[in-house]
Amino acid sequence: MTKDECKQVVLDIIADIAPDEDLSNVKPEVRLRDQLQLDSMDFLDIVMELRKRHSIEVPEADYQHLASLDSCAEYLTPKFIAIAAKG
Amino acid sequence: MAYDWLKGVADEYDVIVIGSGLGGLTGANALAKAGHRVLLVEHHYQFGGLATWFTRKGGHIFDISLHGFPSGMIKSCRRYWTKEISDAIVQLKDIRFVNPQMDVWTTFTREDYTRVLVDQFKLQRTEVEAFYDYLRAMNYYDNNPETTGQMLNRFFPGRPDVHRLLMEPISYANGSNFDDPAITFGIVFSNFMGAGVYTFRGGSDDLIDKMVVELKKNGVEMRKKVLVDKILVEERDGKKVACGIVAGNGRVIRAKAVLSNANIKNTIFRLAGEENFPVDFIEQARAVRINSSSCQVYFGIRKGESIPHIGDLVFTSAAPQYSNEELTHFHTTSRTFSVYYPDTRPGSDRYTVVASLNGLYPDWKSLSEDDYEAHKLRMIEESLVALEKFIPGVRDKIDWKEAATPRTIERYTTHLNGTSFGTKFEGLPVSMHLSEKLPGLFHAGSVGIIMSGWLGTINYGIITANKVDKYLFALKQGAPASTPV
Repeated sequence: MTKDECKQVVLDIIADIAPDEDLSNVKPEVRLRDQLQLDSMDFLDIVMELRKRHSIEVPEADYQHLASLDSCAEYLTPKFIAIAAKG
Repeated sequence: MAYDWLKGVADEYDVIVIGSGLGGLTGANALAKAGHRVLLVEHHYQFGGLATWFTRKGGHIFDISLHGFPSGMIKSCRRYWTKEISDAIVQLKDIRFVNPQMDVWTTFTREDYTRVLVDQFKLQRTEVEAFYDYLRAMNYYDNNPETTGQMLNRFFPGRPDVHRLLMEPISYANGSNFDDPAITFGIVFSNFMGAGVYTFRGGSDDLIDKMVVELKKNGVEMRKKVLVDKILVEERDGKKVACGIVAGNGRVIRAKAVLSNANIKNTIFRLAGEENFPVDFIEQARAVRINSSSCQVYFGIRKGESIPHIGDLVFTSAAPQYSNEELTHFHTTSRTFSVYYPDTRPGSDRYTVVASLNGLYPDWKSLSEDDYEAHKLRMIEESLVALEKFIPGVRDKIDWKEAATPRTIERYTTHLNGTSFGTKFEGLPVSMHLSEKLPGLFHAGSVGIIMSGWLGTINYGIITANKVDKYLFALKQGAPASTPV
């Protein structure tokens, strides 16, 4: 998995939990909260979906790493690779 | 032989949800959608907890707690339920406050409420905005010891009228008062003070029907009239874990996790048993104060009659000033009228009025049966006299009158002390840390004031469902079963 693929995974999840949001111009370096109508409940949903779809567990202390698409990619890509290696 | 309400239920599930308040329903739905096998049991003959209704002779349908939730419900219902449910949420545009200190008519939106505070109460716009901004920036983990009363005094010193306008609606929404931590006011007020106050078009019955359809579609096994006797606790590798329920009829049903939507004190002391928790946690749980409760008076307008539009939510009181004591006093004159016009239920031509009063369980519990009935009649008459000030002659149009008290709430919800508002603030950490003290047992319900109300309880159901999901995921991975702190 590349970092770009990882960003797409996160965007796919957001598209499902916030179906009314326009995701065509999300800037990867800007905090998701600052460009989309996302609140703390949305981030909880992202965590649940990562677990359900990709078997990735994000501990509460690490929620901050989900702030922007770039930080998501930095944090999640190694986890995706580790899981792929296990599988 | 009595009918077996658990007939056809399997012997084992991933999760058993105890109680079908909005937190229980929403948690069950999220867990089912996450792929878990879920059993939901409710002791009452109707799902919904306090999101409920009842029907009476003459074609009346009375809603218990439908009117007046924040706009955030639209988003939460869209996300955790269906578009159909969220599309049925409509604004209540006429909120009134009528008491010796004020006569206010507002939409309760930020813009209009600011207009009231600036034009009618002569506050500076900048101080009002500063107050809103301060509330928005509050976090529940800040551990700020300031009370709501102190905070209101700091922002608006010497203005008991402003304090009343700000406090009164929140007291009815979550049972909080001047003595509670300011955060309990801040979160709930900020939730409302965005886009106003909302209700569900179609009534509570329609909402719960739609939720039940969705739950069944997602595979949740749902059973009514099942009172849980005990939460099953067993030792695994020298550690206690919650692993199912014992139903009232003695039937044992196992589960990897139990999500209790019962009152937190019921959950710990009646269902799980204090012997299954560390001693210091039991002390902490024992110290949690049960919140106050409510009384309601239901007026049904005879078929064919109509009443004028007097507002959707009318906060009234004859008390010269707001006080915690007056609001919950056995003889309080403070009550809110929720007026249900025919458009509540499209296609209907019926009107109902529900008066809500704050109340204390001990006041009602200590009465003899005769006195209990007499005081219900007194409360009905006093509420009717108050309503006649807004609708002269309404008495002759009413063909059903009935009252509910904290005893009624106790009977239908089994809540300890018949509370309608869960627990005071200290109940929140007890609820949130429950699964660390007894792995496998989780709680979602009205605690800490901020998790009360429709939006709080739906969102708390999701927060807890996420924890349950994480726990089940860890079990599957073979990781240690306990949730790390």
